[in-house]
Amino acid sequence: MQALFSQLVAGLSLGSVLLLAALGLALTFGQMGVINMAHGEFMMAGAYTAFVAQGLIADAGTSLLLAIPLGFLVGGVMGVVLEATLIRRMYHRPLDTLLVTWGVSLILQQAARDIFGAPNVDVRAPSWLSGSVNIGVTHVPAARLFILVLAVGAVVGLSLLLKMTALGRRIRGVVQNRDLAETVGISTRSTDRLTFFIGSGLAGIAGVALTLLGSTGPTLGTSYIVDAFLVVVAGGIGQIKGAVIAAFGLGLLQATFEYSTTASVAKVMVFVVVVVFLQIRPQGIFSVRTRSLA
Amino acid sequence: MTMDADYLELADVRVVFDGFVAVDGVSMTVLQGDLRFLIGPNGAGKTTLVDAITGLAPATGSVRFGRTELIGKKVHRIARLGVGRTFQTASVFEELTVLQNLDIAAGAGRPALSLLRRRSSVPPAVEEAMDTVGLTSQRDRQAGALAHGQKQWLEIGMLLVQNARVLLLDEPVAGMSAEERVQTGELLRRIGAERTVVVVEHDMDFMRSFATSVTVLHAGKVLSAGTVAQVQADPKVQEVYLGRAEVTG
Repeated sequence: MQALFSQLVAGLSLGSVLLLAALGLALTFGQMGVINMAHGEFMMAGAYTAFVAQGLIADAGTSLLLAIPLGFLVGGVMGVVLEATLIRRMYHRPLDTLLVTWGVSLILQQAARDIFGAPNVDVRAPSWLSGSVNIGVTHVPAARLFILVLAVGAVVGLSLLLKMTALGRRIRGVVQNRDLAETVGISTRSTDRLTFFIGSGLAGIAGVALTLLGSTGPTLGTSYIVDAFLVVVAGGIGQIKGAVIAAFGLGLLQATFEYSTTASVAKVMVFVVVVVFLQIRPQGIFSVRTRSLA
Repeated sequence: MTMDADYLELADVRVVFDGFVAVDGVSMTVLQGDLRFLIGPNGAGKTTLVDAITGLAPATGSVRFGRTELIGKKVHRIARLGVGRTFQTASVFEELTVLQNLDIAAGAGRPALSLLRRRSSVPPAVEEAMDTVGLTSQRDRQAGALAHGQKQWLEIGMLLVQNARVLLLDEPVAGMSAEERVQTGELLRRIGAERTVVVVEHDMDFMRSFATSVTVLHAGKVLSAGTVAQVQADPKVQEVYLGRAEVTG
């Protein structure tokens, strides 16, 4: 019982990290169809934002809380610059987008090395996140609980934005029918830019969260980018609820496999499961007729 | 026609796709209050001409709405100038409700951040348009679940909330029942009085019932223009439609 429960917690925790990493991609890849390999580097930028914030503000708690909106802004601005300079020239050319953004990701990694140095840096966790929380059957590290709350908060926030606001309906409208959106007078260019800002900003937030789990280095993003794409594809392109279920599902699978084997073998097993799943259900967990959000 | 009335004036409009001339030097003028029907065989360039006016197809020549040149402007800019269109395949935002569809169109020009505020009431223009196209009772239904005819009306409603002065309707009664056709025709008469309306249509009965003037396109060119009777009597039109009893009959 105890073991089962700690697996569950480990799985949920891993899932929440995956979800944070993939949520932005659910917008930029799932909605707009852009394969942005530099998404991971936006996470890396978010992580370094947390590091810089801590350099400026000594109090770990304050700097962390400040780093969340800052990370969103940094990731978002990087996303908008990338969209406005490169990606917008190659919509409908997925292979070109993939190669170019991969190149951008390498450049960003080198830039991080030049600015912050090759060795990893550490962000101190605030004291209220360094202990663990007793939830009856088992203990959960407070930092992991915080990430879970952050991930759920991000999903709820994004869903509310898309469903409840006129802005969200405009974003969904542009995705559903681009020509119609244009002919009712919506600037799809600026809507694309905004969607990309939000998606990339979410990557920044994910990066801030990752500093609580380990040290930050220039290649931080590369270790998450594949998993993030996996979550979006398995969840069903264009579906946020799909990404949520896929993230936690993959997290639980990984944790379960890790219990009986090593992390690397568990990863291979997760990949196999996803590949088999996509053979049976190529459209992911949720199938969509038209691409729709939320 | 008063001095400040709207009009749409096309001069030598050409659209060429990869060497294929889809629209070949079309000139025409549509005045406010006119219910102009644009007819012609398949491939005559009717839809392409609408695409050219609304910026969806690259065109040369001149399309003027009042004093404003439309060619070269971006699609959403043309829409905001008051030149709206519908599509052949009833195009609405399927996953949004009727009210949300109208609301998106009404707020299209607003800056993104202002769309985050919650509003307590529906704008009067939206209520009015919903009433005009007869969809008030369907306001909270998903647009995708509407009947085909209702989708067409919703599309027209979206043009009304945008305050479109020129309405370009691409086969608005395709797939409609006889009763819905009559309702649509009456709707067009109501809204057409103070707007400039161009209807692309295949349905000749519908044209005869509601058109005030007709332009016939053939192979990208204007073949004939005038009243319904004039066009029907034109031998060139009869030749193109040879064997098509619906025009001559």
